[in-house]
Amino acid sequence: MAFKLDAKIPAGALADKWSNHKAAIKVVSPANKRKLDIIIVGTGLGGASAAASLGELGYNVKVFCIQDSPRRAHSIAAQGGINAAKNYQNDNDSVYRLFYDTIKGGDYRAREANVYRLAEVSNLIIDQCVAQGVPFAREYGGLLANRSFGGAQVSRTFYARGQTGQQLLLGAYAALNKEIAAGSVKSYPRHEMLDIVIEDGEAKGIIARNLVTGEIERHGAHAVVIATGGYGNVFFLSTNAMASNGSAAFQCYRKGAGFANPCFTQIHPTCIPVHGDQQSKLTLMSESLRNDGRIWVPKKLEDVKALRAGTKKPSDIAEEDRDYYLERRYPAFGNLVPRDVASRAAKERCDAGFGVNETGLAVFLDFKTAIERLGKDIIKQRYGNLFDMYEEITDVNPYEQPMQIFPAVHYTMGGIWVDYNLMTTVPGLYAIGEANFSDHGANRLGASALMQGLADGYFVLPYTIGDYLSHKIQAPKVKTDTKAFDEAEKAVREKIAKLFAIKGKQSVDDIHKKLGHIMWENVGMARTKESLEKAIVEIQALRKEFWKDVKLVGSENEFNVELEKALRLADFLELGELMARDALNREESCGGHFRSEHQTPEGEALRHDDTFAYASVWEYKGMDNEPELTKEPLDYEFTHRAQRNYKD
Amino acid sequence: MNFTLKIWRQKDAKAKGGFETYKVDNISADTSFLEMLDILNNNLIHEGKEPVAFDHDCREGICGMCSLHIDGHAHGPGQGATTCQIYMRKFKDGATITIEPWRSAAFPVIKDLVVNRSAYDQILQAGGFISVRTNSVPDANAMPIPKPDADESMDAAACIGCGACAATCKNGSAMLFVAARVSSLAKLPQGRVEGARRAKAMVAKMDELGFGNCTNTGACQAECPKQISIAHIARLNREFLAAKLED
Amino acid sequence: MSCFLSNSSLGKKLVMSVTGAFLVLFILFHMSMNLTALVSAEAYNMICELLGANWYALAGTAVLAAGVAVHFIYAIILTLNNYRARGTQRYAVTVQEPGVAWASKNMLVLGVIVLLGLALHLYNFWAKMQLVELLGGHANSLGYSPADGAALIAYTFSQWYYVVLYLVWFAALWFHLTHGVWSMFQTVGWANDTWYPRLKCIANIVATLVFLGFAAVVVIYFLKSVCPCCGGAC
Repeated sequence: MAFKLDAKIPAGALADKWSNHKAAIKVVSPANKRKLDIIIVGTGLGGASAAASLGELGYNVKVFCIQDSPRRAHSIAAQGGINAAKNYQNDNDSVYRLFYDTIKGGDYRAREANVYRLAEVSNLIIDQCVAQGVPFAREYGGLLANRSFGGAQVSRTFYARGQTGQQLLLGAYAALNKEIAAGSVKSYPRHEMLDIVIEDGEAKGIIARNLVTGEIERHGAHAVVIATGGYGNVFFLSTNAMASNGSAAFQCYRKGAGFANPCFTQIHPTCIPVHGDQQSKLTLMSESLRNDGRIWVPKKLEDVKALRAGTKKPSDIAEEDRDYYLERRYPAFGNLVPRDVASRAAKERCDAGFGVNETGLAVFLDFKTAIERLGKDIIKQRYGNLFDMYEEITDVNPYEQPMQIFPAVHYTMGGIWVDYNLMTTVPGLYAIGEANFSDHGANRLGASALMQGLADGYFVLPYTIGDYLSHKIQAPKVKTDTKAFDEAEKAVREKIAKLFAIKGKQSVDDIHKKLGHIMWENVGMARTKESLEKAIVEIQALRKEFWKDVKLVGSENEFNVELEKALRLADFLELGELMARDALNREESCGGHFRSEHQTPEGEALRHDDTFAYASVWEYKGMDNEPELTKEPLDYEFTHRAQRNYKD
Repeated sequence: MNFTLKIWRQKDAKAKGGFETYKVDNISADTSFLEMLDILNNNLIHEGKEPVAFDHDCREGICGMCSLHIDGHAHGPGQGATTCQIYMRKFKDGATITIEPWRSAAFPVIKDLVVNRSAYDQILQAGGFISVRTNSVPDANAMPIPKPDADESMDAAACIGCGACAATCKNGSAMLFVAARVSSLAKLPQGRVEGARRAKAMVAKMDELGFGNCTNTGACQAECPKQISIAHIARLNREFLAAKLED
Repeated sequence: MSCFLSNSSLGKKLVMSVTGAFLVLFILFHMSMNLTALVSAEAYNMICELLGANWYALAGTAVLAAGVAVHFIYAIILTLNNYRARGTQRYAVTVQEPGVAWASKNMLVLGVIVLLGLALHLYNFWAKMQLVELLGGHANSLGYSPADGAALIAYTFSQWYYVVLYLVWFAALWFHLTHGVWSMFQTVGWANDTWYPRLKCIANIVATLVFLGFAAVVVIYFLKSVCPCCGGAC
């Protein structure tokens, strides 16, 4: 049974859709809001802002996070900034331009209406955050400062040093704290959602594990919101936090929510290259570095050899022997091309043998020109903390020698399918932020993730969820002693017991590393039919291996990190296959999804709008069965789909 | 590189803990401290022993999840860095490294090196916010804020809430943490509105939760991974006393 | 502001700061007074007479005693509270954090030494001066007039062990003041990053002045007793 997808895009002109929709949807009276319960899973920008806003409206909110405090969600690690169409720089920015850049940056695989709404509310976000006391960078006149970011020709990015995500999250977390203090929100830190409970076709609550005591808990509500971020850790090595995972989203998928565009993964171009095989985590260097840093590799292979042998330093290579390949290939945007383009260009050079470190998987990001032009002090002011961080990690001083960078998995554009109201295919189940698929198409622009998280949480969900809940005002409190809860809890307990019973030989990380390797080699920056078919077979085999040979220690009734990791890996082992299947199905290149068979003569992504202008929505059919695909056509009414051009 | 690790092991909050000694070999100098612990844990799992529980998440020094008192220093040797940003080249080959959890009455141990820091959340819930409703705000540029004030606010806002200040303080005082939040908001006009109420409420909650008093030793700022200055504590003192004298 | 001075940590710290400031001022006054003994014994005795058992001197003494008592009692309360806050399990390895002064972590110990020194001092001087007058006596146990402070100084510091004890006392006071003086500004909120070096410099100057001022009297009187002709100048 395929999904009957209704995206519920409102009619009317692009700019009027959101206002028309808001006017048309129902609201819940204050007296009734008090009777309605909402569960929010995840406390990043989306979850925290939604919980705060819904609590403020008067709903009873329960908010869950796996960390020891809501403030630690991975949104906190975003460095560069947040976009908004304020046009404070007078560079002819507008809601339309932000919309257009985002649609184009996403390689025309996002919904026009959603993206326009995102651009529309972007300005409100900045107002909101400033009022909350987010200390954005300012100019001497006391007004807000901006910087430019990849994929845009205007300066529309607001920032707080290199800690924008942290500051925005602290703002949302403060708003959340206000509501926790007021009693409208109850916080459950160190709790992990292990299953979603669906009764009569509607989301009715979750099964959660108290990570400190190991207790399995039931929580019921009239609506459940998933705000658990992305699943980049399927690659083992990524810039995501160690505990970031796709499990909450995956349980929704397992229970009937459609999962859309799982193969759309963003590979961030400026990460510190991998060293050795003991590494657990990749470190991102902010995209903002590309404002002043120039990316290059040597023109001559003998220089590459000399660099690898250590006989030459990067600074020894003459200007005319350097290949600033982004500036060469994309004169109009230069080093500020979107992330997917920059990543692929780095891979192209490294594949051609120009990688500058021992592994051949690194390019230079050089500040020499900027230091000459602006002076070391200004560079220090702008990027001091990033430079220090780089030196701390690599033992190389980036003021003297260029940084080495290489692409790494960073963000997943794919996620749970949602309609215009952010509701999944399961009534009463919502997904916001990175956990859904809606706004970034096949590639996300820099400084847009924070924008989407806060847009969904502050300005979209609080309205749209009312439309659903207005039908629930007569519904009593959700009982958690029903058959659906019994079954869900039983399944969770059985799964945990099964994991402990395996008593195999490999640790969770051993297997996760293998999965990461399969994913990176075959479902990474460039994918082919063969690599994807290979990946599917290998992942299936690895999944069997996991269920036969994983080794857990300790018990379930205690703080047990290995158990947490095993449960997440079990889902990654299915999610990885789903990603490969989606990538195999999508026989075109678009944004972060690059099928080597589909490229232009210049090596750019080649879309096939006639056959693939849709979002692929997958329906779960069991662990070892092929999922079923439903297509949501992406009709472009207002923008002309063109080959993305960052050359002129 | 090879290391001997003396690590605090404690089964749960109620158990009596103690030090265990472990060896890790063939560690690259480029390995981070937490990766070194990952390696130890993987070895332990293969031996069928329980891995060492420790808090960590982003591994980029921003989430504030990691902790650890390493050789007498909160967040280990080196200043201005969290534990996850420490690399093994900072240690001498063959060194014995002692790893302890945060020790403070307000941060009880949950397991091994993991402690409960929810007291910090509770302090912020007492008043570490500006009471604005979603959507009921003026234009972001309606209120110019002098750059030095915004910068100072940002200095304080850099706090990651890791708990190193209270864990380091010989008095178990959370003043640097409380001050960072109070000061960050006090430097902004939008935060001034409820400045007095905030300072009083947060200090009262801090006292109630059993944190100690500040004796101005400055150990907190020396170990703070974000190098937050005790000048913010002075501002908190000022805010609090002014508020109290107005009562 | 009902009772924040007794029930909030910052209020208690304010009390420490204000009583501390008061005691520092008294110490500076006492030091100046002592120094006159170096210039002229008569002048010093005149001051002693002025501060005999009259109402204003007694009132001053009472306030002073209250200041010491409050400063000390609050120190005990705060320290006990801090000890509890630290928890029962202590670190196995501790270090001196960079930039942290030793004195700042040992204020109570230093305070206790200062207090013991004070007890000795009261026994040596106050018990033989103001107390005698208060009890209506006209000569103290040593046979001097209670207003003859100069003679009492000469007598006390002719004994080497008092000299040593007093110097230890002053050293403890020096450490206590190097932290205490700038700390009281911090506690009332009159400090920032620009002023820390200045305040710490002022604290060191005050502490050193106090040490030198008091020690000078002790040492010079001792030397005078060893070598009466030249007061040690030979």
